[in-house]
This record gives sequence, structure tokens and C-alpha cells, in this order.
Amino acid sequence: MTERPHLAVIGAGPAGLAATVAAAAHGLRVTLLDSAAQAGGQFYRQPADGLRARRPQALHHQWRTWERLRDALDAHVKAGHVRHLTDHHVWCVERGADGFTVHALLGPEQEEPVSVPADAVLLATGGYEKVLPFPGWTLPGVLTAGGAQAMLKGTLAVSGRTAVVAGTGPLLLPVAAGLAAAGVKVAALVESAGPRAFLRRTGALAAQPGKLAEGAGYAARLARHRVRLLGRHTVVEAHGAERGGSEPQGRSGGEGPSTRRPEGPGTARLSTPAVPGTAGLSTPAAAPGRRTTHMLAAVTVAALDAERRVRPGTQRRIPCDTLAVGHGMLAHTDLAESLGCRLEGTGVRVDDEQRTDVPGVWAAGETTGIGGAALALAEGHIAGRSVAARLHGHAPDPRTWAAAAKTRTRLRAFSAALDAVYAPPAHWAEQITDDTVVCRCEEVTAGAVREAVGELGAGDLRTVKLLTRAGMGWCQGRVCAPAVAGLAGCELTPSRRPFARPVPLGVLAHQHTHPTGRGSS
Amino acid sequence: MVVGAGMVGAACALYAARAGLDVVLVDRGPVAGGTTGAGEGNLLVSDKEPGPELDLALLSLRLWGELAGEFGTAVEYEAKGGVVVATSPASLAALGRFAAGQRAAGVVAEPVEGDALYGLEPHLAHGLPGAVHYPQDCQVMPALAAAHAVRASGARLLTGRTVTDVLRTPGGAVRGVRSDHGDLHAPAVVNAAGTWGAELASLAGTTLPVLPRRGFVLVTEPLPRRVRHKVYAADYVADVASDSAALQASPVVEGTAAGPVLIGASRERVGFDRSFSLPAVRALAAGATRLFPFLSDVRAVRAYLGFRPYLPDHLPAIGPDPRAPGLYHACGHEGAGIGLATGTGHLIAQALTARTPDLDLTPFRPDRFTEEAA
Ligand SMILES: Cc1cc2nc3c(=O)[nH]c(=O)nc-3n(C[C@H](O)[C@H](O)[C@H](O)COP(=O)(O)OP(=O)(O)OC[C@H]3O[C@@H](n4cnc5c(N)ncnc54)[C@H](O)[C@@H]3O)c2cc1C
Ligand SMILES: Cc1cc2nc3c(=O)[nH]c(=O)nc-3n(C[C@H](O)[C@H](O)[C@H](O)COP(=O)(O)OP(=O)(O)OC[C@H]3O[C@@H](n4cnc5c(N)ncnc54)[C@H](O)[C@@H]3O)c2cc1C
Repeated sequence: MTERPHLAVIGAGPAGLAATVAAAAHGLRVTLLDSAAQAGGQFYRQPADGLRARRPQALHHQWRTWERLRDALDAHVKAGHVRHLTDHHVWCVERGADGFTVHALLGPEQEEPVSVPADAVLLATGGYEKVLPFPGWTLPGVLTAGGAQAMLKGTLAVSGRTAVVAGTGPLLLPVAAGLAAAGVKVAALVESAGPRAFLRRTGALAAQPGKLAEGAGYAARLARHRVRLLGRHTVVEAHGAERGGSEPQGRSGGEGPSTRRPEGPGTARLSTPAVPGTAGLSTPAAAPGRRTTHMLAAVTVAALDAERRVRPGTQRRIPCDTLAVGHGMLAHTDLAESLGCRLEGTGVRVDDEQRTDVPGVWAAGETTGIGGAALALAEGHIAGRSVAARLHGHAPDPRTWAAAAKTRTRLRAFSAALDAVYAPPAHWAEQITDDTVVCRCEEVTAGAVREAVGELGAGDLRTVKLLTRAGMGWCQGRVCAPAVAGLAGCELTPSRRPFARPVPLGVLAHQHTHPTGRGSS
Repeated sequence: MVVGAGMVGAACALYAARAGLDVVLVDRGPVAGGTTGAGEGNLLVSDKEPGPELDLALLSLRLWGELAGEFGTAVEYEAKGGVVVATSPASLAALGRFAAGQRAAGVVAEPVEGDALYGLEPHLAHGLPGAVHYPQDCQVMPALAAAHAVRASGARLLTGRTVTDVLRTPGGAVRGVRSDHGDLHAPAVVNAAGTWGAELASLAGTTLPVLPRRGFVLVTEPLPRRVRHKVYAADYVADVASDSAALQASPVVEGTAAGPVLIGASRERVGFDRSFSLPAVRALAAGATRLFPFLSDVRAVRAYLGFRPYLPDHLPAIGPDPRAPGLYHACGHEGAGIGLATGTGHLIAQALTARTPDLDLTPFRPDRFTEEAA
């Protein structure tokens, strides 16, 4: 064993991979932990299958980047400088007097504990999809954009399905294109931002020829598949229809608390990586053992006016059996927060070297803010170089990462410009009927949230949660927080979640001293 | 005028309004945004030794029973009873003596031994020597209780207003408060600012040495009910009265109507440090799994923390402050502010309307600490 200083990288997406490779190349020993079974993160993991079928020019370049990273990782692993721990779900990072301990659970059961000591930690945990509710969003057949992408991996028969892709944000285009390429009939792409969202050269957007080409490529592909692009439109309601069986819709079955654990992957209902590694979220109405006979049958869409309000009289119905929705992404910040790192907005705050304000803790990629895979790569590279220098006891020379820094500046400006373009409908919360369930884990309705604010004196996410239980369930509000904040008219403040993963009390109770990873317990 | 819309302020507002007063309730945040939203809702007599706090607890429990009848299930009131478990023969003997004293003061405390213990709590660890059953211990959901008490009081609720000063006449009498949204006048001001009660006292030109004592609570995934009572180890009683600044944790384990099991709470004096402490929650988990081994396989989904308002002698300050006429204190209830809120509100209302209080307020006098210092 070398006496190299030891960095623990949490998350093997673009940011974590770039950091691992850079740090290992500059004299560190790196342990890379990820809850997934393979490296790649959300980006390289998910679209790969769909992409290989066609390899459009714009994405081919990214595929090469992935191959280079993967090969570099393999080389460092072989050289003994990097240990890659897959299926490791990190539930807490502990700061001690002389360094850090990364606490993980071995997947998929997440029962067996593992602890990894480290001199420094890089958080590269990425983000998760944000979904705003609307009447009918809990119907089976409604998925997140990422869930739809996962569906393409073949756990479900996809051809013959009719899908609508809806919401807002740059992810909708590749998702719609991927579905269409896989043989799904995409009836419409419903984007609440204006047509500019599909293609328009202004300001920072025009400074991104690659990105625009990407967007244009998707648009062309969608046109080829005759996908209707409905800009400045929104889904106002999803409708269910009975499918075999005669049980009426709604809650049935036993009273009393049910164990609302998420189901395994591959279920065709709203699933999100909000609790990564545990795949989807179940609605109690659709939980195993309860008969669910209502399935998605159609959506009602409506046009938005210049103020992004629903324009009366423009409602129309589009039959579909699949609805992929997304309203952008939110950063995973749980581990950072329990370490005491300060946040900025909803992401982890970092300096020019990607250092958080807690000594020894770096962060890169979407945990610091949403910006796409290329930005995550640049940030990861800078972080890896910075940690390597700092753990060897000297200040890094930023000139050594000038190219990455330039990319970072450009892409941060680009994503800020995107944020300005993509936005949910104004007053979207008004569209949510009182009986719409907003917190699926605890079955809390929009009406209950409104009552807590209007009549009981709640005023922030925490007090709404206390008075309604919204956000107290398995996903700990990762899914419903944006919706609850919108309904309550309060700020979306990240709530504190000391455990990034639910952890067995027996594991908590015992001080584990396993020095290293798998096989050492 | 009541400053602080936590459980204590809510109860003061409720009983003052019912005594015929016109009440304004001010808070810098929302209702239950302070410690009330960060605690558990144990209404305990079991952990209190005979004395003024136990008297206040017995009065409060009676009033909680009345309120529960009024609010129905909305505040998740449950008269489930407590079971205090001895973990060794020596602690059983000590517990027995403690319970005998409590019985003399009016507490129902029934010794339980052998099989009867497992009849009460079938999933307890094997081989425990015995316990005492306290049927009077109850449970509410604190935030809901505070919110419903505020609503029932009909008080004018002003949230999102920080009190920045206490207004006084040239003679020193309190005549209202200054807030970041303007002045509010009232001939009587109740300090129900909980852990921040010392700041409010100093705004009024007096002192009250309220300090924070941090606590963590662990919450599990929802389960079918397997823990029926509030169950804790006998050493918890010793912790409550402890003067140690170091971490102590003895687990109070209980199932909730909604399914999750709550495990709390640790006690540390670390100022207002909000950072997560893995050792503190590890200690809670260790204690809980010792009592209930089945919990080892149950997952904790979250942990939260709060700062109990404590005074040096572990008794709250309740009543008028002779150093600032018109100022009343209702704070410093430490780890029992939910349980003691109703009695506190009732006594404050009696003091505000110049009636003879049901309990002697001498042990709760807010100026008792200045005398000691002098
Ligand atoms: C459906 C979809 C389509 C997309 N399309 C595009 C596109 O066309 N172009 C583009 O530029 N970007 C796209 N993106 C965004 C892109 O995926 C992200 O920008 C990028 O993956 C961010 O990289 P990252 O390294 O920060 O995080 P991620 O790729 O999200 O990686 C984070 C990793 O951390 C792991 N992790 C998180 N928490 C823990 C924990 N507690 N313990 C262990 N492991 C943990 C996760 O398993 C994951 O592997 C898309 C995203 C989605 C969801
Ligand atoms: C982990 C934990 C577990 C607990 N378990 C229990 C239990 O089981 N049973 C029990 O009885 N007790 C328990 N407690 C204790 C209980 O929570 C407290 O004693 C109680 O909540 C105190 O209520 P309060 O109304 O005095 O204070 P708070 O709820 O803190 O209310 C004070 C209010 O004053 C407001 N305020 C302060 N300063 C100003 C200002 N300048 N201007 C305007 N507003 C201001 C604050 O915003 C706050 O809302 C526990 C506490 C903790 C931390």
C-alpha cells in the first residue's frame, strides 16, 4: 500500500468520475462510492442504451468522453490507486478529529454497514427530478422524465404505448426523442415555456453552439417522428379510466399505518431517483395488495397566455397511456448539510476550487446547482486537482485547470440563461384542486396544506409538515417540498435530513469500526 | 399581549381569552416554529419527583384531559400510559422507592413484575426485572395542539413579527412592545418566548437566565403498533434532573398513531449548535434497541433536534415580574413544556385577572435567581 493521502468521492456520475481520475492522476488514493451497480451517474447510465441505437452526431462526442473516463478509471483501479465501491449507499459522512468517516449500507438490501475513513471528502451526489403536482398525477402511467428513460431499458414493453411528455426544462427534449426512437408514439411534447425553449439564439444560449446543435438535433428527430411540440402549454389534469376489474378508484383496503416503502424499479408509475438507489415511490392506492383499476387514459392540456396563466377555453384532451413529467432538477444536499456545509439557493455553496465552507469537504456537479453533464465534468476535474494539491500540503495553481474553469464559467452562465427560459406556469399552484394529493407518502391533500397555512398559522415548510405530515414519509419531502412550498406561498428551503438513506437502528446502535469496504466486515 | 406562539404561549392565549381578556399573540415565525415544533408530546407525571413541578404536571394533565374532549382527535391526544422499566435489580429497588413517593403525592404508579410486564409490552427485551406502570401519562402532537389552542382562543394572531423592544412608562411599567412592524400597546405582556425568554426579559430591563439544552429525536419508518405505551429506562429519571453538560441519553420509546416509532431524547448543553451529532443519535438507537430488540431491523428515516429552554433549578418561571410591573413570564419549561403548558396558561390567566392561583407560584417566581445571586 502506498502512503498516498486518501480522498473519498461520493457519487460516480460525471462530476465524481472526473474528480476521481484527476485526483488519482495527481497522487491521491481515492475511494469512489456510489449506490448504483455501475459508474456513470444519471447521465452516462441512463441514455446509453437509447443512444447506442442511433448515435446522433452531437451525442457521439459525449459517448467518447464517457469511454475515456471509464478507461482512465479502470487504469487507476488496476494500478491500485482507486477503489470503486458499487452498491454502496452512503447515509452519513461524519467529521472527526482527524479526518472523516463515510458510513454506507451495502445494497440492494441496505442492511450491512460499511465505514470508509478518509482525509478529505468530495460530494458529487448529483440531483434529482422535480415534479409539480396536478390533478391526476398519482395515476399509474404517470412517470417522471427520468422514470420514462428507465422504462426504455426494457423492464416494460414500451412499443405500442402512447406517451405525452410534459413540464418544463431541457430534459424533456431528449426524453421525448428517446421514447420516440424506442417505438413509443409520442402524442405531444408539452412545454410551459415559450417556443424559445425549443430553439432560439439569444445571449448565453447563442454562446453554446454545441448545446444548440443538441437541441436542434432533438427537434429534428422529434419532427421526423411527428411529435407535436406544444410550447407555452401545460397539463392541467390527467384522467384515469378503469382497466379490467370494477373496484372504484380511491383508497381501499385496511386502515392503519402501512409500510410505505418504495417499490422496486421498473414499475410504470411515478418513479424518481429522489431517494437514489431505492427507485420509485409508491402511492398507497397502488401499493401491492390493493387493487388498482384506474390507469392513465388521457390528459387535458391548455395554452398559457403571455403571463404564463392558463388561457380559458383552450383546454383539449389528448389520449395517452403514459405521461412523462418533469419540472427541472434539484440538488441532493443531505450529506453536505449534516456535515454543516452552507448552501446557496438550493445547492451546496463552493468557492473557485470547489471547496465547501467546511474544511476538508469539496463538492462538484449538480449537488452544487443544476447545470448539465459537461458542467459537472468541469467542476469535478477542478475539485480533483484542488484536493490533490491541498492534501499534499500546497495551494493549487488555478492555471493548471484554466480550460475547465473557462468551461465552468460559460456553462454556469448558460444554465442561468436556461433557468430564465424554463419556468412552470405562473400561479400553477392555483390549478391544484383541494382533493389533489400532494404528499404521496403521507397522502396529504392540497386542501390540507391550504388549511394549515390559512387557518392554523403555518408559515414555512417545517410548520406545514408538522401540521399536515406533508414530507414526513419515506421520501422525506424530496418529492413534495416544491409543491408544498408553492401551495403555502413560502420559500423552498432545503429541509434537514441527517440520514441521506433510511438506516436500520441496529446499524446506528453499533459503532462500526470496519476499516475498509466490502468484504472486510 | 403574549409573545411567542409555541405551546406555552398558545395555552396562555387560550386561558387568558377564556378569562375574558382581549388577547394578541405575536411571534417572529409561524405558529409552533420554535421548540414546540421540535419536541415530542409526552405529557408525563412518571418522570417527576414530588414537588412543585409534579403539582403543576397533575394540574396540567387534568386540563389536557378537558381540552382533549374539546379538540377531539385533531391534536392526536392519547391517554396511553407510561411504563418505566428497571434494567437491574438495583434500579428496580430505586424505582420502587421513587414510585412510592409519587403515589403519596397523588400519582397512580403500579408496580409490574414478571409476566405482567410482557403483558403490557410484549416486545420488550427478555429478562427485565420489572417496571412501574403510570396510567396517567399521555401524549399529544405538540404543533397541532398549539395550532388548535391558538385557533380556539380567538386571539389576534400576528405571525412574522419580531419583538425588538418592550415599551415601558417613565415609571417602569410595561405598556406594550415594539416590533419590526410597529408598536403594539397592551397593559400586560406575557413572555412566552421559550428558549429565547432571556432575550425578551432583557428587552424589558430585567433578567431571566433561560439557557438552551439540545435534544435529538429519532423517527423510524411507519410500523404496525408494537410499542403500546411510553416506555423508558429508569435511568431517564436521573438524567432529567442532571446538572451535567455532557451528553446523556436514555430512550423514551413510543409508537405513534401515524405509525412511526419515536425515540428521544438526548440532552446536551452545547448552546444553539444546530449541527448534527451522530454520537447523540447512536446513543438513542443503542438505548432503544436494548429495550426493544426488534427495533434493530427497523429503519430510522430522520432525526430532528431542538433546544429546550431550561432554568438553573429546572423549574419554569411562571407569574408576574415584580421588577417590571405588567410583565409576566411563562417560560423555561425545559423538556416538559408541552405537558406543563395547560397548567401554566391557566395560572397565568389567574394572575392576569388578579385571582388567587390554584397553585402557589412561589417556587416559580421569575425573580428567584436574582436573590440567589445577591
Ligand atoms: C432524464 C435525464 C436526461 C438528461 N439529459 C441530459 C442531456 O441530454 N444533456 C446534459 O448535459 N445533461 C442531461 N441530463 C443531466 C445530467 O444527467 C446531469 O447533469 C449529470 O448527470 C450530473 O452529473 P453529477 O455527476 O453531478 O451527478 P449524477 O450524474 O446525478 O451522479 C450522482 C451519483 O451519485 C450517486 N449518489 C447520490 N447520492 C448518493 C449516496 N447517498 N450514496 C451513494 N451514491 C449516491 C448516484 O447514484 C449517482 O450515480 C439528464 C438528466 C436526466 C435525469
Ligand atoms: C428533543 C426535544 C424533546 C422534547 N420532548 C418533550 C416532551 O415529550 N414533552 C414535553 O412536555 N416537552 C418536551 N420538550 C420540551 C418542549 O418542546 C418545550 O418545553 C416547549 O416546546 C416550550 O414551549 P414554548 O412555547 O415555551 O417555546 P417555543 O415553542 O420555543 O415558543 C417560543 C416562541 O417564541 C418566539 N419568539 C422568541 N423570541 C421572540 C421575539 N423576540 N419576538 C417574537 N417572537 C419570539 C419563537 O419564535 C417561538 O415560536 C422537548 C424538547 C426537545 C428539544
